[in-house]
Amino acid sequence: MTQETELVFSRPESLSDVITHYCPGCIHGIVHRLIAEVMDELGIRERTVGIAPVGCSVLAYNYFECDFAEAAHGRAPAMATGMKRVRPELVIFTYQGDGDLASIGTNEVVHAAARGENITTVFINNAVYGMTGGQMAPTTLPGMVTTSSPYGRDVKVQGYPVRVCELISQLDGAAYVVRRTAYKPAEVRKLRKALKTAFQVQMAGLGFSLVEVVSNCPTNWGMTPTESLKFVEERMVPYYPLGDYRVKDEVKDL
Amino acid sequence: MKTLMKGNEAIAEAAIRAGCEAYFGYPITPQTEVLEYMSRRMPELGRAFVQAESELGAVNMVYGAACTGARVMTTTSSPGYSLMQEGVSYITMSFVPCVIVNIMRGGPGLGNIQPAQGDYFQMTKGGGHGDYSLIVLAPSTVQETVDMIIEAFDLADKYRQPVTVIADGAIGQIMEPVEFPELQEPERPEHPWALTGAKGRDKNIVTSLFLGAQNLERENLRLQEIVAEIKANEVRYTEYMMDGAEIVIVAYGTAGRIVQTAVKQARAEGIPVGLFRPISMFPFPYEPLARATENAKQILVVELSAGQMIEDVRLANCERLPISFFGKMGGVVPLPDDVLAEIKKLV
Repeated sequence: MTQETELVFSRPESLSDVITHYCPGCIHGIVHRLIAEVMDELGIRERTVGIAPVGCSVLAYNYFECDFAEAAHGRAPAMATGMKRVRPELVIFTYQGDGDLASIGTNEVVHAAARGENITTVFINNAVYGMTGGQMAPTTLPGMVTTSSPYGRDVKVQGYPVRVCELISQLDGAAYVVRRTAYKPAEVRKLRKALKTAFQVQMAGLGFSLVEVVSNCPTNWGMTPTESLKFVEERMVPYYPLGDYRVKDEVKDL
Repeated sequence: MKTLMKGNEAIAEAAIRAGCEAYFGYPITPQTEVLEYMSRRMPELGRAFVQAESELGAVNMVYGAACTGARVMTTTSSPGYSLMQEGVSYITMSFVPCVIVNIMRGGPGLGNIQPAQGDYFQMTKGGGHGDYSLIVLAPSTVQETVDMIIEAFDLADKYRQPVTVIADGAIGQIMEPVEFPELQEPERPEHPWALTGAKGRDKNIVTSLFLGAQNLERENLRLQEIVAEIKANEVRYTEYMMDGAEIVIVAYGTAGRIVQTAVKQARAEGIPVGLFRPISMFPFPYEPLARATENAKQILVVELSAGQMIEDVRLANCERLPISFFGKMGGVVPLPDDVLAEIKKLV
């Protein structure tokens, strides 16, 4: 007797069948997969262009099966603006870390949001410069030890962390600004839903959408993957509260 | 039919006629009229215009739009071009075409808004990081600027590289009669590399990141092949009253135009002097200049700078003839009579 087998889980078509360079336990892999799933679900792979940042996800263009560009450090939202304005039929997303978006690229992301560019930004916040080996980022928590804040981040000297969602949500051009995380399956499901909404906001032409992902860095935090997820839950999330920071009324109708 | 038009506005209209689909810029004197003109005309034509948050934003918007294969332009003036260098280097190594115009003003620093030619090194010797050289075209009249802008788009598409046009505040601000070709709908040349959505084909990637020394060397060699092709094909210059010239003046752009008047006056006084005006500042016309000065006795270089192009003149001349220099900085523009006085010193 033969039994029909139903395929219930596979690699998304939008996710390249390659091994990534990410460290074990890093949340990048989860977010990549979720974006790819959403692209599949919305049927937009063939008209999506991604823009990779400078930082750990600099090679993101190797991991998605859609057209991709590699931006200069922090400039992805400006590049995305140029692409979207000249080819509005495309779906454009930037994928940026905290050094890229919240430090060197604040000007570009703030003005892209202020102009209400119909682009989607996925912002990975792990409070550290990962690629260069764990230096202090704008999002490094007070007291946190990094290779460039060896005595712990002293807010009197090094200032306070930047809360990106709170900042961007002040801009009228932003249509959808939310903060999620991925340290446990329930949060991963919420993150997936937010990513889908962000792309839908763009496709409906409602304005700028940004999903911040409170993330981890086991390597540079000097932790095991499990410890790093616990740190996200116990230290990162209290400083970067999860939630919806700006959701335009039209978004609720989607 | 000729239209009386300001240089900056003519640049904008020329780009539109050339099928420029998107313009990104930032206000900076003395080029701002390009931005203003584009802000009116581009929406009328259903094309893209964004006043960027900075020149850095503008050049990266150009980068993004250029990745999709669209014809795209930005314009700026000296300090703005400095700010764009990051993007120019990235765009060059990504092998995507675009047109960049620098309406030079006095520098260094904030300098002033008067005409100057102090960005010659920055324009012709790289400017941004890494090994690269871009086509640099230098007009000396508004009509020449119009023709050059249109050609710049074709050259950019041909070589998959940014093509730059350098003029100065005088050309940006002067009004002259100009003629344009007919307005045409922007054509999108088939660019197999462009980011247009991976429909029915493998994905395209536009990047300037090439990890591994061999990979990056390969891409650098590819870039240098393009530079070699440009050097072989795109040398431009013009000569004025060079018959029997014992003194050859080398000058470009606005300086070239001033010298032209001075040469005419000098010839009327019987002084055997001629003008050699490079038009492609890169590739510099080394060999044509060497040929043009074969029977000359000396060379005078005139620039609105401390003397930058003079180094290329020296390379062309190989120390065969004595070279003297007359230059003004800080936005001081010499009169033809000033140049004539310099010529007379050499007689």
